[in-house]
Amino acid sequence: MTFPERAESKSADATHSIPLRALIIACGALVRELKIVTRKFDWITIQCLPAVLHNTPKLIPEMVRQRVLAAKAEERFDAIFVGYMDCGTGGMLDEVCNEEGVQRLPGTHCYELLAGVGQFKAWQDAEPGTFYLTDYLVTHFDRIIMEGLGISKHPELLEMYFRNYTRVIHLAQSDDPLLTERAEKAADKLGLPCKRVFTGVDQLKTQILNLREHSIKTIPNVSKHTQAHADK
Amino acid sequence: MTADDNDELEDELDLSTLTDDELVEQMRDDLYDGLGDEIVEGTEILLERGWDAEKILNDALVEGMRIVGFDFRDGILFVPEVLLAANAMKAGMAILRPLLVETGAKPIGSVVIGTVKGDIHDIGKNLVAMMLEGAGFKVVDLGINTSAEEFIDAVEKYHPEILGMSALLTTTMPYMQTVIEKMIEKDLRNNCIVLVGGAPLNEEFGIAIGADAYCRDAAVAVEKATSLLEANRMQLNNIESTPA
Repeated sequence: MTFPERAESKSADATHSIPLRALIIACGALVRELKIVTRKFDWITIQCLPAVLHNTPKLIPEMVRQRVLAAKAEERFDAIFVGYMDCGTGGMLDEVCNEEGVQRLPGTHCYELLAGVGQFKAWQDAEPGTFYLTDYLVTHFDRIIMEGLGISKHPELLEMYFRNYTRVIHLAQSDDPLLTERAEKAADKLGLPCKRVFTGVDQLKTQILNLREHSIKTIPNVSKHTQAHADK
Repeated sequence: MTADDNDELEDELDLSTLTDDELVEQMRDDLYDGLGDEIVEGTEILLERGWDAEKILNDALVEGMRIVGFDFRDGILFVPEVLLAANAMKAGMAILRPLLVETGAKPIGSVVIGTVKGDIHDIGKNLVAMMLEGAGFKVVDLGINTSAEEFIDAVEKYHPEILGMSALLTTTMPYMQTVIEKMIEKDLRNNCIVLVGGAPLNEEFGIAIGADAYCRDAAVAVEKATSLLEANRMQLNNIESTPA
């Protein structure tokens, strides 16, 4: 399995002395990709919440808040980032982020983040009945979708959930033929055709670095040399 | 007594031996548990005992779904359980609907409902449509991915007292405002109560786009539809009875 990465800029300066220490409180479904893009960033710590919250977005904001409060109490981090998009919370997660003074990843869903806003919108406009699977959702399809939505126990629910869907797009973060095969099998279970689109993790990496840049600008005495140090 | 013993007793429960009150209570439990066959059986027993369709619908099915709605709101039940309960209610409705039509009872109001353009999610919308129908509304369901033009055409054709719009996606919910603006343009807004709902919406969003009410679940949709309609009718009566 390979994870293509974009070359990093090493031009960051080091005008300040204290490196940024950041925590990302992330959706469990993004943790694997986050770990890949941040593996050289020793300034980042990642904590995750259960990916199954994907099925109950209303619960996400308060669970994030609890983690943020716990992290603040630890006083180990200069910045706390939320590794969720809106994720179906209808702005409730933004309210929590505003109240707690933390930043989240931009966008509505991780699909949008991984594919890029323009591409995601084009797919949605062309075919609103598109069901997206990431590598994580492919790997855990039976647990998160079939069991999580109660379909394994009550097969009659499959039609109720998926009757209006017309296709599956597998947003692939890695080059893994096994995952491609599993994505096709997952789509078969839903009775839908499957299209694979390689996204890699570049968009995610860009957004993490954007969050970091923002923090460096807003937190006094925090330096950019973390990145230079990390890239060495 | 073990849990298995309890299950066995449940399995052996003969609905026909229950009193009317017990049976209605049992049907609400069965609806909660998504047991469609039991709902059909209970409905048939009550009909044989001379209950009218409307009373069965209100006392057993609609009340049962109302409880399901509360527990969904409170995080006790989740979508799969609500869907199973809705399926069970649908099974009961299939028996009652023709009987309700036969009575010739006038609908208490009319509703056009649909999921907005770009959105294909209809679980919540279907549940609201079913509950409104259960409460005595005539419902015209436009389905999914409904454009503003389709909403407008339906309003002009059916002259509903209420227009309901649903969206599940953060990206599609703003389209509700497009529909409302088109209604204003066509001078249709004042004649129609607009209700909106869907998982990512909230009260503030409903106000911001100019809807009459945001409905957090199907039970609230029925309450709002009924109360706003009544208020509208009272207002109209007052206007008509006021001397010029």
